[in-house]
Amino acid sequence: MFLQEVKLNFFIQNILLVDNLKMKNEYDIIVVGAGPAGSMTARFAAEQGVSVLILEKDRDVGYPVRCGEAISKQGVEEFIPSDEKWIKAHIKKFSLNAPDGTEVIIEFKEAGYVLERRIFDYELAKTAAKAGAGILTGAYVNGLLFENDKVAGVKYEYRGEQKELRAKIVIGADGVESRVGRWAGLKTYVDFRDMECCAQITVSNISVEPNTLYFYFGKNIAPDGYFWVFPKGSDTANIGLGVSGMVGKKHSALFFLNEFMNKNYPDAPILTSIAGGVPSTITLRKISAPGIMLAGDAARQVNPLSGGGIASGMIGGSIAGKLAGEAVKMNKFEYVLKYDKLWYDRLGKRHEVFNRIKNGIYNFSDEKFNKIAHSFNKIPYNKRNLSKIFAHALMNHPSLLVDIAKVFVV
Amino acid sequence: MNYRQAKTGKLLIDILPDRCDFCGCCVGVCPEDAIELKESEIFIIDPRCTNCAKCVWSCPIEVIKFNREGVPARS
Repeated sequence: MFLQEVKLNFFIQNILLVDNLKMKNEYDIIVVGAGPAGSMTARFAAEQGVSVLILEKDRDVGYPVRCGEAISKQGVEEFIPSDEKWIKAHIKKFSLNAPDGTEVIIEFKEAGYVLERRIFDYELAKTAAKAGAGILTGAYVNGLLFENDKVAGVKYEYRGEQKELRAKIVIGADGVESRVGRWAGLKTYVDFRDMECCAQITVSNISVEPNTLYFYFGKNIAPDGYFWVFPKGSDTANIGLGVSGMVGKKHSALFFLNEFMNKNYPDAPILTSIAGGVPSTITLRKISAPGIMLAGDAARQVNPLSGGGIASGMIGGSIAGKLAGEAVKMNKFEYVLKYDKLWYDRLGKRHEVFNRIKNGIYNFSDEKFNKIAHSFNKIPYNKRNLSKIFAHALMNHPSLLVDIAKVFVV
Repeated sequence: MNYRQAKTGKLLIDILPDRCDFCGCCVGVCPEDAIELKESEIFIIDPRCTNCAKCVWSCPIEVIKFNREGVPARS
C-alpha cells in the first residue's frame, strides 16, 4: 500500500518534470542511471547550485532489484539517516558455513541492515530531487554528443522518440553495463572471469534468524564466490549466489541456485526471481575524461571481496558529483580529472588489496575452508571477529598476511 | 538458409530474448559493445560481434547460447 502511494507520487512528479523538460534543452550536468551511485552523484552536484538531470532507462527507480541488499550501518548513514521503512532486518550475526557444513558464527553489536532496495533507492533519488536535481524515468540513453573531442551531451530515446540533450558534464552511473564510458573512449568492459554472475530469489515460508546473514562456501555450492541467505524478516529471505564467468563456462549461477534450493528448501514459494551481475574487480584505470565521469558499478567501484557496491557506489557518486558541480561553477572542466586520484585515495587503493585477498581466498580448496572453520570454532564467541577469521585463513596461506595487514593499516 | 552475419563471419551467438532478465552481465563483459540492452529488450549488434562467447559464459540464467550452425536471419 505504502509503496503504491510512493509510486503514484513519483509518477505525478514525473509528469511535472516532463513539462519542465520542454523548457530546458541544456543542463550543466546529466547523470545516466538512478541507482544509489547516480542519485548521490546528482545530489552532490545539485548541492553546488548547478542544473542537474538524471536519466533512468527503467520506468521505476529502485526496481528491479539486482542485489543481495546487505549494507553496513555506517555505509548508509554517511548519506541518509536510517529509516525503518527501508530496513528489512537488523544484522547482528554472520553465519559462515564451510563446505562440510561446519558453521562459524560471529556476533557484532550492530553490523548493518538488509535493505528493501526498492524503497531505499527511491528515497535516495528523492534526496537528489530535494537538492534540486531533475529525474526522468523511461529515458534510454543510447549515445553521446561530442564537441571538439569533448563529451557535450547525450542522445536518448524517450517514449519511442529519439532526442538529444546538451550538458557540460555527463556522468555515467549506468551500472554493470557501463556503456556511457565506452562511448566516451574509456575502457569499461570487465574481464569475464571478474564478472560475478548472480541469480537470486526472494523466498517465503522458510525459517531464518532475522538478525543473521548466512554465507555458504564451497566448490559445489558457489565456486569462486559465495552463496547468500539474507533474511527479510523471520520467514522471508533474499537467497542467491554469484559465480565467475569462468565457472559459467560449465555451469550457470542458476544451476547452483536450483541445486541449493532442491536440497535445502524444495517446497519454498518463490516471490521474485532475478539475475544480476557484479563487476568484482578493481576500479577502472580511468574514470574521468573531458566532459565525462563514471560512478558506481559503471566505474567498477565495487568491493571485490564482498561484492558490495551500494556504499562504495554512493561514495564514488558523492565525490564525482561534488567535483562536477565545482567544475561547472568555476568553468574549469579539466578540474574533473582530479576524480581518479580522490577516489583512489578514498577507496580505490583499498579495493586493490581486497581484490588480492579475494584471489587468494577463492583459490582455497574445500578442505582448506573446512580446516579454517574447525580451528576458528575453538575461539570463544566473545573473542571472534572478522580479522580473526582472516588470521586463521592465514595459517594456511601466509602470503595473504601482507595484504590483510595493509587493509587494516590504510 | 540465410544466416545473420557477425564481424567475423556467421553469427554464432544467440540471445533468447523471451527468457532474458535484462541484467546486463553480457553487456558488461562484451569487449565490442555489441549488445543493445533496454528496459525489456535485448539484441546483438551483428556487425560488431566477434563470436567470442564471453556473453554466453557470463549469463547467469543460460539465456545466451552458442550456436555452431549459425543463427538464422529473421524472416
